[in-house]
Amino acid sequence: MRTMRARAPTEDHPLFRWGLSLLAILFIASFLILPLVTVFQEALGGGFDAAWAVIREPDTLSAIRLTLITAAIAVPLNAAFGIAASWAISKFDFPGKGFLVTLIDLPFSVSPVVSGLIYVLVFGLQGWFGETLREHGIRIIFALPGIILATIFVSFPFVARELIPLMNDQGRDDEEAAVSLGASGWSTFRLVTLPNIKWGLLYGVLLCNARAMGEFGAVSVVSGRIRGMTNTMPLHIEALYNDYQYVGAFAVASLLALLALVTLIVKSILEWRYADEIAAVHHH
Amino acid sequence: MRTKSPLCTIISEAAMSLIVDSIVKNFGEFGALKGVSFTAPQGAFVSLLGPSGSGKTTLLRVLGGLEFSDQGSVHFADLNWLAVPARARRAGFVFQHYALFRHMTVEKNVAFGLSVKPRRERPSRSEIRRRVEELLALVQLEGLGDRYPSQLSGGQRQRVALARALAIGPRMLLLDEPFGALDAKVRKELRGWLRLLHEKLGLTTVFVTHDQDEAFELADLVAIMNGGRIEQYGSPKDIRQSPRTSFVDEFVEVRSA
Amino acid sequence: MSIAAAPSLVRWRNPSALPGFGLTFGFALFYLSLIVLIPIAALVIRPWEIGWSGFWAVLADTRVQHALQLSFGASLIAVVINTVFGLIIAWVLVRYRFPGRRVLDALVDLPFALPTAVAGIALSALYARNGWMGQPLQQLGITVAYTPLGVVMALTFIGLPFVVRTLQPVLVELNGEAEEAAATLGATRFQSIRRVILPMLAPALLTGAALAFARAVGEYGSVIFIAGNLPHVSEIAPLLIIIKLNENDTAGAAAIGVIMLALSFVMLLMLNLLQVWTASRR
Repeated sequence: MRTMRARAPTEDHPLFRWGLSLLAILFIASFLILPLVTVFQEALGGGFDAAWAVIREPDTLSAIRLTLITAAIAVPLNAAFGIAASWAISKFDFPGKGFLVTLIDLPFSVSPVVSGLIYVLVFGLQGWFGETLREHGIRIIFALPGIILATIFVSFPFVARELIPLMNDQGRDDEEAAVSLGASGWSTFRLVTLPNIKWGLLYGVLLCNARAMGEFGAVSVVSGRIRGMTNTMPLHIEALYNDYQYVGAFAVASLLALLALVTLIVKSILEWRYADEIAAVHHH
Repeated sequence: MRTKSPLCTIISEAAMSLIVDSIVKNFGEFGALKGVSFTAPQGAFVSLLGPSGSGKTTLLRVLGGLEFSDQGSVHFADLNWLAVPARARRAGFVFQHYALFRHMTVEKNVAFGLSVKPRRERPSRSEIRRRVEELLALVQLEGLGDRYPSQLSGGQRQRVALARALAIGPRMLLLDEPFGALDAKVRKELRGWLRLLHEKLGLTTVFVTHDQDEAFELADLVAIMNGGRIEQYGSPKDIRQSPRTSFVDEFVEVRSA
Repeated sequence: MSIAAAPSLVRWRNPSALPGFGLTFGFALFYLSLIVLIPIAALVIRPWEIGWSGFWAVLADTRVQHALQLSFGASLIAVVINTVFGLIIAWVLVRYRFPGRRVLDALVDLPFALPTAVAGIALSALYARNGWMGQPLQQLGITVAYTPLGVVMALTFIGLPFVVRTLQPVLVELNGEAEEAAATLGATRFQSIRRVILPMLAPALLTGAALAFARAVGEYGSVIFIAGNLPHVSEIAPLLIIIKLNENDTAGAAAIGVIMLALSFVMLLMLNLLQVWTASRR
């Protein structure tokens, strides 16, 4: 006798499935894909040469240079912090650990504009150290140091947040074994810990870099917005856009959009190909 | 290879028996069930016993409506059993990891089957509460109605799961290694308790396990399964005294008493 | 964690067998002090330079009130949209199989990875009157660019990943057993979803929504290009901070900043309480 094929209890009605899938795809298409496509479409609206010409302008090039320098300083510093903080948090017990972790999460709940504001309040002309700095001829706000500080603030949690749960999961056994065999702290870290955290570290650095290079609100506040000098790429995009140079603005924007896509692709590759390794390293 | 003892041929004439006929189930290339048949009288306690991968859980899930067989049929309670959707079968199912609804209290869990009935059939709230209390008393968990599953021990959770399955007035009870996640002492306790419960309620019960002692202690009829087939089916005594195949022989070898 | 006297002192000096505590903790603390603690302290302390009266004057300014209303109101609407569609998208991505699913899944992270200024000008161009989305909407009589509706669209864009990514692991964990149990107990598919699955997803949904809300309230770059930036109408709070800074009203800017920070803290606190409450029930 033949058995009737009904729907399994965990399956949805085909109409429901189609309807939901359609809704999901439409939403993603209109809210995520369209804006992305718009960037490239507007950039190449006047032909590739027009877009390329704007990128080669001196102001654009110096904006690119400033962005790269900022990232080159902020990201390694944040990585060092992330490693130090996660080592301290995962390998040791001390009171106030929860407070430390909350502090690290702080930039995520603060508006980017506020992130820039706080440095103006400390280092700006009317800031706490404003007078002292002016006397010594040191410019922080409206100059590179201010930009770097603001960028560090908004991007430092990424590495730490990636490493802390990872290292907590991995426990202390491996490191304690190494130390009991006579290894120094640095050797232990280099030979035992680092290989275990390498994927998490890479992941965190990737996200940190994306945020550092793309930050807009915080840098808006601390930068002098002087074209050719204190404009990062996002600020330069704004300047071009406000000047009605749409092709130019979108051309520079496409560079950052490409960076975003590369970040997403590398992130996905890391997740897909090394999922097993990452999972293995998580379960100790 | 079908194994039908003379006992089964006589019994299959009685109404209300469970008649499983040539069930085949494939998962892609893998043959989980390769033609499984057996018959049990109403109210019998049947155990499906075998190593992992033998198909016993798959067979149970087919009986419960959670899997669909590719071939074969099942008759029970005058119904073409496999043609009835899972939610209409009233086959109480108890999972190995309890599958209790974590966001509901014990009381709400047990009452669930009653509260989802269509309006016409649904008992009143006070009636539902009364039945839940009755069932909780039956499984010796009185007074724990307001607790959440996370506040209970493993043994208690499994008893809630059983109460929940019994609440719908099931025609048959299906248990998938229900004591597998519990420690040895609790397992033994619940084993004895389940047997008493079965004698009290008289429900046709199919019980999956890989633990021989459990199967032989609890069941009236045991099906030794291996590689998607029933190697032997009969009373525990029969199987111990006259193993039919070398697999059965080795499987029950250690306990010859 | 409470701090007793002598025992914890011993712990501070010797918190574990492993080396490097002094170095790593010291560096981390120094870094945090410089980058976070001192600047945040400035934010909390400085508004009071204009005294309580000055602070209240800032709060009482209707321009400030409207800006805060817009930032919070638009964020709320955007979060509601994200909750509904985030749930749909997470469900589809976890439970259904179709070609291109993995690509769509990776795309959900786009708002995380894309710089806000890039998103800002893209959304502005998209919803402008002659834009791909703006034009058909205009024909329906709906103007998006330079209106509060534009703000909502931008905030919907940046908030989506929070809901989806918070829901996905929970959905993955729901391995179907609860639904099977519900079915054997007689529930229809609809009843299973409504009474078993959705309640189990509720905490994750709320967490994702709260995260999206916190992000949306402070958002600047994605929004200022599409918002009209008209005072009292389409001006968001972060922009007001910048305007006050440009006017050299540092204390006023700090006052608004403190209000936004206080509201963020409240959200964080509520989030933590929510998580503690749900953890106790599971």
